[in-house]
Amino acid sequence: MDPGSTCSRPGQLALVLATLLATPAGALEAYTIAGDAIPAPLGGEIGDPARGRALVLDRTRGNCLICHRVPVPDEPFQGTIGPPLAGVGARLTAGQLRLRLVDTSLLNPETVMPPYFRTEGLRDVAPQFRGLPALNAQEIEDVVAYLVSLRTP
Amino acid sequence: MTTRAALFIGLSLAATMVSAQEIKPGSAFLSPEMLRQQSDEARNPGFLWVEQGGELFSRRSGGAPACIACHAGPERSLKGAATRYPQVDAASGKLLNLEGRIEQCRTQRQNEPAFGYESPELLGLTAYVASFSRGLPMAVATEGAAKPYLEAGKAFYERRQGQLNLSCRQCHDGLVGEKLRGDTISHGIGTGYPAYRLEWNGVGSLHRRLRACSLGVRATQFDYGAPDYLALELYLAARAKGLPLESPGLRR
Ligand code: HEC
Ligand code: HEC
Repeated sequence: MDPGSTCSRPGQLALVLATLLATPAGALEAYTIAGDAIPAPLGGEIGDPARGRALVLDRTRGNCLICHRVPVPDEPFQGTIGPPLAGVGARLTAGQLRLRLVDTSLLNPETVMPPYFRTEGLRDVAPQFRGLPALNAQEIEDVVAYLVSLRTP
Repeated sequence: MTTRAALFIGLSLAATMVSAQEIKPGSAFLSPEMLRQQSDEARNPGFLWVEQGGELFSRRSGGAPACIACHAGPERSLKGAATRYPQVDAASGKLLNLEGRIEQCRTQRQNEPAFGYESPELLGLTAYVASFSRGLPMAVATEGAAKPYLEAGKAFYERRQGQLNLSCRQCHDGLVGEKLRGDTISHGIGTGYPAYRLEWNGVGSLHRRLRACSLGVRATQFDYGAPDYLALELYLAARAKGLPLESPGLRR
């Protein structure tokens, strides 16, 4: 269930490939890791970049701007914690972006970037968020579609 | 894989360097204008709460003696008191912060009902008592009976929590000086509390600030005065040892 537990050491990642088995009701959609990417869309969903952009800006959903700068000039107060996302679609493939959203700790156990598609191995989660991923499969695909569109550094 | 290994070594070195860095007071992260305003009693709105606390301090309530009956000349007798909280209460063995001590005086010595956390009365009295320690170095006890509480607070500070899976330390050691939205991340020591926050339009306690950070990472918010936050408060105060108490602070 916890994708992190199958691939928690970086060395294992290079070798690829935890295929996760079909999951019980209420659990997160299964995905397959290849290298540093999740090549296939989660749950086979098709992402919409406009919805993704809204999720990235929404303080109650992605809230990515607490940490990242995005090429949206009329958004004041963008964070400086993570790398700027301008041009990220040229630097990383959709599959690489997907893995980084799902759970960057698979690549860097010390990371500050939150796992947006994980419910296991978290502690003291506030009751209203318990058992839920920060973004669902459709929303992850929407955000991936938006990030892919950010091609100019 | 070798690059990744190198990256990890790089990261852990960076982490060691960060933890060795000098911890700065919250005011070091204020804009020059807010810093001037915090220092100026006439322009720092927190002093309204201090004033109201001062009135309560000398007022009798019911048949009970006023605080000043036991603490005459508070600017001398309570000077530095706030720098030593939280501390373990000798009688009960429990960890008490300044709010807890004031409530204890209220209920046990004045035989009056507790004011309650975040009531204007308790905030005023806490800010008033803390104001006699403005500029004095934090000096909490961390050995003996305090030690287990300190360790619990440290463990809380260091563990990842909430849906966003972040620890206090990741932000308040690792990302100090970075911008989180419009805020500049400080060392998170809380020596300005009770503080006037623009976002609150008023004075609030340290535990109110801690609840905001918990909510920020979508973690359980503990109750005001909960043992978890008390232990955390002791750890923050220990990190701040030697730094000046700044209450009433002025914050965004
Ligand atoms: C609490 C801080 C934080 C939040 C919130 C956050 N990120 Fe990140 N993000 C980071 C950090 C730090 C990194 C660098 C990863 C590392 O070094 O482990 C990162 C890395 C990334 C990367 C890889 C960039 C690259 O150039 O390699 C992408 C893409 C990304 N984040 C997108 C997002 C999106 C989209 C959101 C919101 C849905 C988001 N992040 C929310 C901190 C954050
Ligand atoms: C995602 C980042 C983040 C995390 C995690 C976080 N905080 Fe904060 N914290 C902030 C920001 C931003 C502020 C406002 C700017 C400042 O004063 O540092 C703040 C403010 C504070 C303050 C007030 C500092 C002052 O002088 O006004 C304290 C105390 C504090 N945090 C303690 C904690 C503790 C304890 C935890 C863990 C329970 C924690 N924080 C978790 C980002 C964070």
